[in-house]
Amino acid sequence: MRDVIIVGAGPGGSATAKHLAEKGYNVALYEKRQEIGAPKRCAEGFSLTGIKEFNLNPPENCIRQKINGSRVYTPNGNFVEVDYEVDGGCILERKVFDKWLAEEAVRKGAKVQAKTTITGLLKENGKVVGVKGEFVGEKFEERCKVLIASDGIESKISRMAGLNTTCSPKLVDSGVQFEMAGIDIEDPKKIYLYLGNKIAPRGYCWVFPKGKDVANVGIGILGKHDIPAIKYLERFVESREELKKGSILEVNSGGIPVGGLLQKMCLDNFLVVGDAAHQVNPIHGGGIYEAQFAGRIAAEVVDEALKKADTSEKQLDKYNKEWWEKRGNYLREVELLREVFEKLSDEDFNFLSKNLKGENLVDFCGGNNLMILGKLLMKRPHLIKFAKALF
Amino acid sequence: MFKLDKDKCLRCGGCVGICPVDALELTETGIVCNEEKCIKCRNCESFCPIGAIKIKKEEK
Repeated sequence: MRDVIIVGAGPGGSATAKHLAEKGYNVALYEKRQEIGAPKRCAEGFSLTGIKEFNLNPPENCIRQKINGSRVYTPNGNFVEVDYEVDGGCILERKVFDKWLAEEAVRKGAKVQAKTTITGLLKENGKVVGVKGEFVGEKFEERCKVLIASDGIESKISRMAGLNTTCSPKLVDSGVQFEMAGIDIEDPKKIYLYLGNKIAPRGYCWVFPKGKDVANVGIGILGKHDIPAIKYLERFVESREELKKGSILEVNSGGIPVGGLLQKMCLDNFLVVGDAAHQVNPIHGGGIYEAQFAGRIAAEVVDEALKKADTSEKQLDKYNKEWWEKRGNYLREVELLREVFEKLSDEDFNFLSKNLKGENLVDFCGGNNLMILGKLLMKRPHLIKFAKALF
Repeated sequence: MFKLDKDKCLRCGGCVGICPVDALELTETGIVCNEEKCIKCRNCESFCPIGAIKIKKEEK
């Protein structure tokens, strides 16, 4: 009998496993893929503040590039530049980072096992009490006091448990990315974002450098389109001299839940963490920080519940409350901003690039001073009704 | 009928997450659809970043 079983060894699963194992619990973390961290479904951006905040001390080979600024291009080719002054972010090597996070969980005493598919759940009186799984084709059953699902966008485990975590198709970014080499990057310490409804309808293209001539070049778009995201990405690469001569080392794709935050993320003996719970920043789609944040809260709540020998939904509801209080309400603000951005035309973006500075963008992405954006949008008569949401 | 172009599919699982009736599953060989559950809403088709999914009318 395990105290806790966690399904999915991404950043959320490994963080939760580490925290719980550290507290002395008997924890197993299962990963379906044959290799933790691969294939990546990520542009690999993370904040150095996040690394500090979660007391992570990753080996040097987890970080490919430090980042000290970003540049946001509008359709007319203008850009707004953000200078962090210090190294505030980094581009990870997820294949190395994710495996290292799992190693850290193991070092604290968790058991981690790849190539392990959870095929069903053990239930008693409708409550989850364990899992049915397969390790390299060998079937097994294992009981646990608490089951934690961190199985990413697919979120199969929650649905098996009876919690509806299905994403609305209107709120899932369709993402695709080439990891490219042999390209020119003006300043590898900056990330580059490209807005415009022609190049990336209701989304953006990105270039996240992993060195002077290597980068993740990707796109995320929202909603129904006549052609798939990969065609938009091919067009984008083809349209840029510095990219089109490059080689493609990797093709990645994925769904990014950029909204639809869940009010309820637990059941009796069960809770859900990370992308599976739609815990993603709705404006830029980043989820590593969110998964680490939620994993830490989940571990605290499960610790208290196990100490009290009460893992009922009522007890675990503390996870919902704390997450919403510390993180959810803020992400909801950011979601409002995304909702407004979706309404902007290419002319609106061009207008904003003339009137905004880098520091405004930093503020907005943090959900701060949205009034400034609201006031600007009020100058565009067709946007007044959306601008009101920002006051 | 759910048709998957296995040469295109990158097995990212995004379609699985948006299926409103939980009909899709990510397996070793690609996405498998449970036709009995599928309601042909075509959400997976329009989501797929690679264009690997087509929902075709049943042939009679």
